[in-house]
Amino acid sequence: MTAPLEEPATARRVEVRKTYKLFVGGAFPRSESGRSYVVQDTAGRFLANASAASRKDARNAVQAARKAFAGWSSRTPYNRGQVLYRVAEVLEGRRAQFIDEVQRSEGVGRRQARALVNLTVDRLVWYAGWADKIGQVVGGTNPVAGPYLNFSVPEPTGVVAVLAPSGSSLLGLVSVLAPVIVTGNTVVVASSHQRPLPAITFSEVLATSDVPGGVVNVLTGPLGDTAPTLASHLDVNAVDLIGLVGDAERATELEQSAADNLKRVLRAPVREPDWARDPGLERMTAFLETKTVWHPIGV
Amino acid sequence: MAQPFDYAPAPESRSVVDIRSSYGLFIGGEFVDPVAGRSFKTLNPATEEVLAEVSDADDADVDRAVGAARRAFTRVWSRMSGRDRSKYLFRIARVLQERGRELAVLESIDNGKPIKESRDVDVPLAAQWFFYYAGWADKLDYALPGRPGPPRPLGVAGQVIPWNFPLLMLAWKIAPALACGNTVVLKPAETTPLTALLFAEICQQADLPAGVVNIVTGAGATGRALVAHEDVDKVAFTGSTDVGKSIARAVAGTRKKVTLELGGKGANIVFDDAPLDEAVEGVVNGIFFNQGQVCCAGSRLLVQESVADDVLDRLKHRMATLRVGDPLDKNTDVGAINSAEQLTRIRELSASGDSEGAERWSPPCDLPAHGFWFPPTIFTGVSQAHRIAREEIFGPVLSVLTFRTPGEAVDKANNTPFGLSVGVWSDKGSRIMGAAGRLRAGVVWANTFNRFDPGSPFGGYQESGYGREGGRHGLAAYLR
Amino acid sequence: MGAGTLLSPVPEELSAATGSDAALRRFLHGLPGVDQVGAEARASALAGRSVKATAKAFAIDLAIRMVDLTTLEGADTRGKVRALSTKAMRPDPADPTCPAVAAVCVYPDMVGTARATLAGSGVHVASVATAFPSGRAAPAVKLADARDAVQAGADEIDMVIDRGAFLSGRYLEVLDQIVAVGEVCGRPDGTRAHLKVICETGELQTYDNVRRVSWLAMLAGADFIKTSTGKVQPAATLPVTLVMLEAVRDFRFATGRQVGVKPAGGIRTTKEALAYLVMVNEVAGTDWLDPDLFRFGASSLLNDLLMQRMRMTTGRYSSPDYVTVD
Repeated sequence: MTAPLEEPATARRVEVRKTYKLFVGGAFPRSESGRSYVVQDTAGRFLANASAASRKDARNAVQAARKAFAGWSSRTPYNRGQVLYRVAEVLEGRRAQFIDEVQRSEGVGRRQARALVNLTVDRLVWYAGWADKIGQVVGGTNPVAGPYLNFSVPEPTGVVAVLAPSGSSLLGLVSVLAPVIVTGNTVVVASSHQRPLPAITFSEVLATSDVPGGVVNVLTGPLGDTAPTLASHLDVNAVDLIGLVGDAERATELEQSAADNLKRVLRAPVREPDWARDPGLERMTAFLETKTVWHPIGV
Repeated sequence: MAQPFDYAPAPESRSVVDIRSSYGLFIGGEFVDPVAGRSFKTLNPATEEVLAEVSDADDADVDRAVGAARRAFTRVWSRMSGRDRSKYLFRIARVLQERGRELAVLESIDNGKPIKESRDVDVPLAAQWFFYYAGWADKLDYALPGRPGPPRPLGVAGQVIPWNFPLLMLAWKIAPALACGNTVVLKPAETTPLTALLFAEICQQADLPAGVVNIVTGAGATGRALVAHEDVDKVAFTGSTDVGKSIARAVAGTRKKVTLELGGKGANIVFDDAPLDEAVEGVVNGIFFNQGQVCCAGSRLLVQESVADDVLDRLKHRMATLRVGDPLDKNTDVGAINSAEQLTRIRELSASGDSEGAERWSPPCDLPAHGFWFPPTIFTGVSQAHRIAREEIFGPVLSVLTFRTPGEAVDKANNTPFGLSVGVWSDKGSRIMGAAGRLRAGVVWANTFNRFDPGSPFGGYQESGYGREGGRHGLAAYLR
Repeated sequence: MGAGTLLSPVPEELSAATGSDAALRRFLHGLPGVDQVGAEARASALAGRSVKATAKAFAIDLAIRMVDLTTLEGADTRGKVRALSTKAMRPDPADPTCPAVAAVCVYPDMVGTARATLAGSGVHVASVATAFPSGRAAPAVKLADARDAVQAGADEIDMVIDRGAFLSGRYLEVLDQIVAVGEVCGRPDGTRAHLKVICETGELQTYDNVRRVSWLAMLAGADFIKTSTGKVQPAATLPVTLVMLEAVRDFRFATGRQVGVKPAGGIRTTKEALAYLVMVNEVAGTDWLDPDLFRFGASSLLNDLLMQRMRMTTGRYSSPDYVTVD
């Protein structure tokens, strides 16, 4: 029988400060540039040092996402649903940490933070269930005037670059991330510049669940470096500009460079949406291609 | 000793069409002169004969047309019940059928395509498109799940269409737009405006409310003005990938919704267990239908090495029976190239095939002295690195490549920035399904090619554009 | 078709195909498949050709020269066969420029009558045989049936295959039976009657089977492959004939030997006949536009051809009253 541990009464404990890194290809590298930046809470207090991703980091992330695409997109929808559900389970187990980080990042009260984390877990569960249903809802057979079986199936667009919402650091992030990957896309997320901590911690959740490396890649740092690289990269198939709410000029520039290889562009709305609302299908269908197959019917 | 069986000329009569010497713009339900009074000529590409003077719409004309469309949208069309919109569309579909012969002949004269195709494909499909979307107009609530509220039209659609299927592309654009409650300003291609102008008359004949459909003729500048017009809510474009990209740039930062149907470099994959005679038909259809001027053409033949010689023998034998010539002759299989400009491009890319070391073959055929003609052509010994294997030729020119394994076939087919169509030929079901699943293209024709239906979504991956036309999916482009 | 010669030998690589049941099955099942929808679309596209004016006049006369004028009824009599044979020689009594048909096709017991009427005319006598139309008799009976027709003076034997054996996969048995009939086609003077092999494609159902049976018959030495008896529906169709024309074309590439094709049953109008000739022209090639290599097994077709011919020469539409019933 050991005596209960007692904290020394004298000194305040010196915190072990975590180094926040990028999440690329399933690993946590530092920025190749070696740069980092200070993340503060909404009151301006020091929260952490985070990596400032460079153009090369963005390129590496795209490479990792491309490499992961073939495998992830050919998983069965059921399997992708299981993987997402596992993410929800792991997130559920780390709720306390996320509540703390959301509270500090977004400056909300504890109750609100708890509600946001709960919603986030629920959102993941919701999207996990879509994995093996979206094809039935947006695909199907088409009656054509001839002896052919004709059917349409939704397929993932490919590598999607997501500029994460700048305000909602966890619920917003997961609300734009989950619909992209659940259908088989892989993703490079440029997380909220001001509020990256939940995104980084969420990367740890991904790394410890069953999501294959490279399916989700998370960059932190100023968008000015990463976003133009992602928007102009010819191996990126689509871009979600949701993080540019209120920055019409930059959104227009990125949309223009996305035109170079005709990326699918999900434009930023005028205001950041209310992430608590029913998301609908739009964020999934925006990154789906419809493939239509014909085959003769004979003997 | 057998005698040759030469089919005597079987020309379709031109007397069913009445081509006016000049055409105005169709704005607000009537034909009006362009503000600046400029015009251009449209030719018969098979003879280079001038068919008519057509108005060249400038910014002011486009503004007038968009204004007419906006008024019709606000005052009439968006307020009309789906059922009544539906009845107008059914009317138009019927008139297209009734005037089918006239439309087919006019299309062949202005475009150069064989009457067999305009009569049996373009015009019947255009009518079918209107029939199909007519039926959707009062059922939109059932069309698209998972939307926040009832579907609403976008407003004014600016639509720019190409010269390869002038009337059919018009139908692809106008039918769903109108069914969803939008009004349209449509710009046909400058080399093929005549069926769109006849369609304007058909709108009058159907008593379609003024301004619901407006047709502005002109070249690239007219199209740019339409796309850039700030009162246009929706841009729909079918044409080249280069123009598609410039449109994507032009609408950046706006609220305009865009769909783009662009180029392709489709592969026809023939496995060694394919039904070879039908595969050869599919290959011929894939690249010589409409003189190969088809965005989803099967312009690359990927044939498994073990049957490559056999397939090429059959293909050449078959190509020798293709009849090239007068588009109005009912037995013509391959008509005229649409314009001198397009012919130049086909010649230039074919010359690159020669200079890069591929081997050119065409069956013997006498090309007419006047007009724009190019013989059905195949290049063998083509490699992935050749320009003719990568760039869209948009003409009757097939690049033949070989492969050894199914994996190699799919990788080669996918090795392009485009992603519009692919053909797969095999008698093995699992191989078909396996390939269809791995091919990155919007349309996979398995053991068939170049099939179209209004119920079947059509559109590309990657640089072949975005959005789908046809089917329930085609409605999404015109609703908010 | 001229004087018969001995069966042409099949080249080495193909003769191996007939060495055993297993080899034959491997060969036939190794032929490329036929996609039904594609084949039918191709046939229908060819039927869309417009044959006018001089081309039509040429095609009508050619079609008349390709007709196997047929009567295969239980009620056939010598009188009926004599009348038909007379018509075969001069289909349009009013117009001496009208060509004769290729042959008269009858049951074996009517061969003598037809032979007597047609003697010296150049019009052949074709006889069905081998327990036509079902082929359901003992092999010896079928051979006797064919031998009887040859001895009675038939120039051509239209035998039926054992469809039951074919459908149950006993390909070598079918082949051997064809070879055996081919042997009894030989005459004492060393010449032989030509052998047409009726596949009864309406019972074989699939185009894959049509392709296989065509090759099987050609490997067995058939001079002609024929679609149907006319007693089973569907009889001749354009797509079935398309597949057969592809087979004879490919067989010629492989062996150098040209085999004829005979669609039979159900072809009644000039328009249909022209569609078949267009198909011959574009699929097998112009070399097959010859009565030695393409025939129509028909009865009522001839009158429609004659009426169209009158229309072409006089500019007026004719009436059935101006052509003979038989």
